[in-house]
Amino acid sequence: MAAIFEKELSDLKGTVLRLGSMVEKAISDSIKSLVERDSKLAADVIDNDRKVNALDVEIDEEGIRLIALRQPRAGDLRLITTAMKITTDLERIGDLAVDISERALELNEEPQLKPYIDIPRMAEIAQGMVRDALDAFVKRDSALARDVLSRDDMVDNLNWQVFNELLFFMIQDPKTVSRAIKITYISKYLERIADHATNIAEMVVYLVEGKIIRHLG
Amino acid sequence: MVRELKAEAKNLNFYYGDVHALKNISLNIARREVTALIGPSGCGKTTFLRCFNRMHDLYPHNKYEGEIILHPDGINIISPEIDPIEIRMQISMVFQKPNPFPKSIYENVAYGLRVRGINRKRALDEKVEKSLRGAALWEEVKDRLNKLAFDLSGGQQQRLCIARALATDPRILLFDEPTSALDPTATSKIEELIIELKNAVTIIIVTHNMQQAARVSDYTAFMYLGEIIEFDRTDKIFTAPSNKLTEEYITGRFG
Repeated sequence: MAAIFEKELSDLKGTVLRLGSMVEKAISDSIKSLVERDSKLAADVIDNDRKVNALDVEIDEEGIRLIALRQPRAGDLRLITTAMKITTDLERIGDLAVDISERALELNEEPQLKPYIDIPRMAEIAQGMVRDALDAFVKRDSALARDVLSRDDMVDNLNWQVFNELLFFMIQDPKTVSRAIKITYISKYLERIADHATNIAEMVVYLVEGKIIRHLG
Repeated sequence: MVRELKAEAKNLNFYYGDVHALKNISLNIARREVTALIGPSGCGKTTFLRCFNRMHDLYPHNKYEGEIILHPDGINIISPEIDPIEIRMQISMVFQKPNPFPKSIYENVAYGLRVRGINRKRALDEKVEKSLRGAALWEEVKDRLNKLAFDLSGGQQQRLCIARALATDPRILLFDEPTSALDPTATSKIEELIIELKNAVTIIIVTHNMQQAARVSDYTAFMYLGEIIEFDRTDKIFTAPSNKLTEEYITGRFG
């Protein structure tokens, strides 16, 4: 029985990872569709979100099934509840990638306001946070999870920087307002993605150490 | 961690002849809370439970060392000067299989009181009713108190044994796998009863059923090879135990 349960847990972890890699790709593709003005790619990201949603439901159903049938305890219980909570954050990250793609579609219809420099940097950091948080989840590595937490400020600062820069554009020339606001949105979406990665990392600390550390800072 | 102590094992060792069954056990028992002892077969949990009411005195070659202090009076339960018969009135045991006496329902509950020399009918009646109510059995048996206890169902017999234990106003109730011979409905009644009883009495329960320990107890001690490996609040033990052995046992990796 223990062996069967062990496999079920490892399958559940595998499904979370599959969802994670889909979501990571959604982030990078959505930014690529903006920077390279590739509207076809943006449409793909929006279309693929159905798969993300389906995996989200699948993980929840499997978690509930395991709780009901296996009465998990201690580390097993923490693994299942963590998987279910992480999934909610991953699904939201998927939604934010869709939002980025929608703004990219709109922006790609107009002349480019400025070269994108900080936005890809933010995306890279946020995506790295998601990847490392999931890595920490699989390896039960709370040091790596805490490292992810420390990176959130960088993204927050970049978001602030992007906003100020765009504010300057809007004040200078009101014709830029519509495009500048859309880029501001994208910056905010990336900042939210980093927040979700932070949530995941906090859950990993709970998984490993049994301590709930969110809302302490 | 434990708020108010009812009993305290201090460096307790126990030997069945040459077999060293309990090794230097120290454990605090919280007053009016449920403490569960869990662990794989042969870990010493039942041996430990039986120390509390001197059950081991019934066999020669058994030897206690150390102390089990009963609060608030501070007596050492396992000291040879303490009368085991009196201890068993104050610290009563409910066993795995219901073991009513071959007597009427009424006489089963009255037995311990008669041993104490209480024979006035009015006093006995009152105490029998109170104990049966305490064991959530009164409504089911009040019209047939003179029927033989064996006529009751297994679950009712177990509650009768609890009533019998309650009659002498025990300070601690010991449960040794009290539901292992019962069906799920009867089990659930006993579990509810245990939670209710802790309003009035301190409870220590040995159980093989980990979910039962999780459902009824406030504190859990995990034992292995005659030692206490980990003792903590039950919610802590079942969500985030500190010891790797506890984790492995709780999650069914061994035992």
